[in-house]
Amino acid sequence: MKQLCVDAVMLESRASELAARSIKGETKSAWIDLAISCIDLTTLEGRDTPGRVRSLCAKARTPLPGSDAPSVAAVCVYPNFVGIARRALEGSSLRVASVATAFPAGQAELSVKLADTEQALEAGADEIDMVIDRGAFLSGAEDRVVDEITIIKKRCGDRHLKVILETGELGSYTAIRRACDLALEAGADTIKSSTGKIGTNATFPTALAMCDALAAFSRRTGVRRGLKLAGGIRTTKQALGYLAILNETLGTTWLAPERFRLGASALLDDLLMQRERLRTGHYTRPERIPKD
Amino acid sequence: MSSSAYAPALESTRPTIRSEYGLFIGGKWHAPQSGRYDVTIDPAHETAIARVAYGGPEDIARAIRSARKAYERWWAPMKPATRAKYLFRIARAITERSREIAVLESMDGGKPIREARDFDVPTAAAHFFYHAGWADKLEWVLRAGRTPQPLGLCGAIVPWNFPLLMAAWKIAPALACGNTVVLKPAETTPLTALFLAQIAQDADLPPGVLNVVTGDGATGASLVAHPGLDKLAFTGSTEVGREIARALAGRSTRLTLELGGKAAHVVFADAPLDQAIEGVVRGIYFNQGHVCCAGSRLLVEESILDETVALLQQRIDRLRIGDPLDKNTDIGAINSRAQLERIEELVRSGVEQGATLIQQRCDLPERGYYHRASFFTNVQSSHRIAREEIFGPVLAVMTFRTPEEAIEKANDTPYGLSAGVWTDRGSKNMAVAQQLKAGVVWCNTYNRFDPASPFGGFRESGFGREGGVHGLTEYLA
Repeated sequence: MKQLCVDAVMLESRASELAARSIKGETKSAWIDLAISCIDLTTLEGRDTPGRVRSLCAKARTPLPGSDAPSVAAVCVYPNFVGIARRALEGSSLRVASVATAFPAGQAELSVKLADTEQALEAGADEIDMVIDRGAFLSGAEDRVVDEITIIKKRCGDRHLKVILETGELGSYTAIRRACDLALEAGADTIKSSTGKIGTNATFPTALAMCDALAAFSRRTGVRRGLKLAGGIRTTKQALGYLAILNETLGTTWLAPERFRLGASALLDDLLMQRERLRTGHYTRPERIPKD
Repeated sequence: MSSSAYAPALESTRPTIRSEYGLFIGGKWHAPQSGRYDVTIDPAHETAIARVAYGGPEDIARAIRSARKAYERWWAPMKPATRAKYLFRIARAITERSREIAVLESMDGGKPIREARDFDVPTAAAHFFYHAGWADKLEWVLRAGRTPQPLGLCGAIVPWNFPLLMAAWKIAPALACGNTVVLKPAETTPLTALFLAQIAQDADLPPGVLNVVTGDGATGASLVAHPGLDKLAFTGSTEVGREIARALAGRSTRLTLELGGKAAHVVFADAPLDQAIEGVVRGIYFNQGHVCCAGSRLLVEESILDETVALLQQRIDRLRIGDPLDKNTDIGAINSRAQLERIEELVRSGVEQGATLIQQRCDLPERGYYHRASFFTNVQSSHRIAREEIFGPVLAVMTFRTPEEAIEKANDTPYGLSAGVWTDRGSKNMAVAQQLKAGVVWCNTYNRFDPASPFGGFRESGFGREGGVHGLTEYLA
């Protein structure tokens, strides 16, 4: 596969131009609901408990009781909480996503990663968020990265596989683009920017580089794969910026939870606040929005 | 929801626009001798904005007299550090009133508010800040041992594509060096120059240091013909540049000309293609293509032609054309009906000569002068669209096979203002850039400006440099 290069200066300039689009009125209203419906409501912490996961699921179903806010796309948890989330979401169309493959570092033998994945699948996960082996990628062992994705995808079968590139660890936009191309080639249903566990998470230029990779893949194969951005996305303004980038590179067919996800937790509260403001003309008290 | 469905943004800052503008001479507003006023219109809506005085030869003579008096009495003898204070004051005023100026520039000229806000106004302010800093350091501009002396009285004739910025490019270095100025703005876009005159008045700039005489080509010709002129700086078409050079031949008036261009934008197969396309789009569609250094000829390596054309087509479909005051607009209105007709005529010639026209698929506003973002494939070097400056959102796409052929084709033009090169290999980038006959060569970027960087052309694109140390020497004896 041809190694494509990415020019950082123009990429960053274009990304900031797109993220600065002025989104107002009806579009803002529609895009806030769209952003909510694209959220993978996430909890990935050492202190996660069954209780915490259940309360997250309740919020995922009904983000703001008494309002017509849509539900989010999925909840995203560690494999050992998949069963709990599954039961908590019973009767809803919400999906359960689980991180796997020795998340977040990905430093384990393939057998361990497979076992991790299988456990999540058996517990009923609809979607698997795997991490790539950045060590292998950075040491030039691209085949190993591709093979792992291929094997995990095979295990997932028709269940949705998101491949986390951990773009903040890859060192350059050219490397990010390369990782996107490898993951798409290997069968990733969705490419995902970050684990949220390191300092550098999703950024506007990273999102743009990933969109460019998805657009190129779609032009070449006719297949439209998905994008998930995660880590550090906390405000409505950020979410709208990402939607504008998607809209003007991939087009409107990507503006749906089937092809776009935002991995976040705090973002939902800000979206709900802005949603209320658009409807009532003033900001609501933060306390009115349930924390979990 | 279609990609053009962002709800319109609201512009709350409305500039103060008078119904009638006089001539700014000797620090005061005057009615023109002839009593004639012309209407300046908003090209996006074809509506009148204000009546603007038409300056005749008597008004020019009056402006020259007041500029001469200001030069001798106040400006040249003034301590350079004090001149700097005035320039800093003007720069700050531009920054403080930037939103107002941006809206005015957008209304009068048709350019997108985003470009006026993010490029024209801040860059104009930057030129004043930069040259204010130079005012008391001019001995460092010239070779050691030479004492910097102002030239005297400078005439400045500026075009309609960047009305405020072009005025700033000329006024800021002229004043920093101790000269006084008579500015003649373009007839279709006088308002921001008049706003600048107001700023000068508010800044207590000594009367006559900056004079603004509005009018048309004949007004400019009167300025050029006036024997009291020590220097003339012109930005505009090559055609008018020639007339000015003829008129000034045999006179001691110094001259700098910044004229047309037909820049080549060279994209190699090893370029970062997604960003190169972005650079090409910005290179030609920035300010509706009303840019003298626009990258209007795309030279693309033959092996990536199909991919480039496909990407370009997809990209122009996503450009948002419409009301210049909408913050999301990418392409605003063509500056005037005459310019729109000229663009349309050249586009017709391209089709007639056998090139393939590809245009942005979108609706245009019902009123106003608009032209879709367009590009031609199957263009031959002999076609008019490959040789003549279109000064509109129209790109000619051609191919090359080797770096040598790229250089040869890029240089195959009577102009020599600017060029662009895209390749990820630095060595190739530098090697090609050095062989391009152009005053400015952008590598892996396009249309980047800084007051510290000299700008100007070769061959029929003019002579002299504006900006940086090189630009200052043009205003010093």
